[in-house]
Amino acid sequence: MTTLHKVNTDDKINDEEINCLKEEIALLKNELNKKIGLLKIKQKKCLTNLDVSRYSRQIILPEIGIEGQRKLKTASVLIIGVGGLGCPSSMYLVSAGVGTIGLVDYDEVELNNLHRQLLHAQHNVGMRKVESGKLSLNRINEDVNIVVHDVQLDGHNSLDIFKQYDVIIDASDNLVTRYIINDTCVKAGKPLVSGSAIHCDGQLTVYNYKGSVCFRCLHPKPQSPETVGNCASAGVLGPVPGVIGVLQAMETIKIIIGHPNVLYNSLLLYDGGDCDFKKIKLINVKRNGCICTKNPEDITITMDYEEFCGSKANDKFKTLCLLNENERLTVLDLKKLVSEKQSFLIIDVRNKIEYDMCHLPHTINIQLNDLKNEETLTKLIEKINSFTNTKPNLVTICRRGNDSQRAVNELKKHSQITNKVNWIKDVIGGLHDWSMKIDKDFPIY
Amino acid sequence: MENSDSLKITTEFTSGLQILFGHVKKHNVVLPKMEKPWTLGLLLFWIKDNLLIEKDKCDLFMKGNTVRPGIIVAVNDQDWELLGNLNYQIKNNDNITFISTLHGG
Repeated sequence: MTTLHKVNTDDKINDEEINCLKEEIALLKNELNKKIGLLKIKQKKCLTNLDVSRYSRQIILPEIGIEGQRKLKTASVLIIGVGGLGCPSSMYLVSAGVGTIGLVDYDEVELNNLHRQLLHAQHNVGMRKVESGKLSLNRINEDVNIVVHDVQLDGHNSLDIFKQYDVIIDASDNLVTRYIINDTCVKAGKPLVSGSAIHCDGQLTVYNYKGSVCFRCLHPKPQSPETVGNCASAGVLGPVPGVIGVLQAMETIKIIIGHPNVLYNSLLLYDGGDCDFKKIKLINVKRNGCICTKNPEDITITMDYEEFCGSKANDKFKTLCLLNENERLTVLDLKKLVSEKQSFLIIDVRNKIEYDMCHLPHTINIQLNDLKNEETLTKLIEKINSFTNTKPNLVTICRRGNDSQRAVNELKKHSQITNKVNWIKDVIGGLHDWSMKIDKDFPIY
Repeated sequence: MENSDSLKITTEFTSGLQILFGHVKKHNVVLPKMEKPWTLGLLLFWIKDNLLIEKDKCDLFMKGNTVRPGIIVAVNDQDWELLGNLNYQIKNNDNITFISTLHGG
């Protein structure tokens, strides 16, 4: 009984001591966390010895120095679009030691992105672009804080995102987004480093900086959609957005460190084909009545930007509907037609380059534009007449099923053709659908 | 009177606009003598009649009496907005560049 009592007392003392220790440890942990936080804040504000070693080759420049590197470390940059422009610009900014980089993109990595979007590796196809970008950027520099915004930018979400950053980089791929970015930058008072690239050409300028013009001063009216090219249809050579993206990083660094010669009120043109750079002096006065002449509080960014531009806020394909349902075949219909060995003539109406890239067997290539050419038509009619026993069917096909519809309408203008054939139809979804539904080895581009 | 003499200038079509002009970017041009001085406004119509190859795609170059939205015009590397726009009087040896604004990326 006495021993048991003693054990009980010992236990009680032990419990008390344990609780006491636990409390002390909790307090110490709290203290430790506070000090880690403080250390991080201090480290973010000033340069560590490691930073000095890492960035020494640029700190040594009089333009940068310790002060400039500190500015880079405390700066935050938002990059809209993690594509051909956003990849190189973010790589250089992360490597230069910019403290925070925000990435905006709503898209996934596609195989046909890889030739120019060097942050995304082959095994990341299908991944969200912002996530793939963050992974690669943190591999380059784990000290940089990468913030992802996996959204389609619009007039409702843009302001809250932009407010968190010092400099905005427009690395987007469409006109609608460019107007949204501009208006938000004007309202939030942020400098905008704008780049674009297509084919072999690139352009670069800085808007809304030190009282300079904004995108709307130069483009008060949106250009009509048919005059706007995009990388998916016009193509782009990888190094071209590479050059422009790297220059965007350079101008961003100059803005952060307060360099006097930032490219504002000027437009830089890069012609990759001729290896030519040209700088155009722009107007240095804001356009009368432009959004950038208003008080920020009075600026609204909730207009219907897609309606304003007459186009969508992406560079994706737009499907047209020019023909009736009975004038169109599905790819399954086409497969059946081919296997039944009916008499037919399939005209692939894409450009010769695209036809040479890939085409279906037993097709002939007549580009859409050439269907207006008399000589071409005569040859086609001869070909149709060579079907001796039966009237053939005429099928048009293209990449995605828009031009093939135009081709049907063009062919139907000629009675010498319509009289000689059973019917003329196009293929819904074109070769893209053929690849998706019939032959997955057929290249998608 | 410099304005009434024929003028030697160069016109350039860049950033994709060259496809409307037979894929030729730089054109050495002699503008004929005229009573009135040559202005950029007049030059646009002269280009439409004499240089434009893809006539049916004229609306990719002009809209009304000026260039379509999305084209920047530069005279000797200066935006024509700085120089009086359509009313700028062309001078001998001027270089006039037409730039299509790009939006891809």
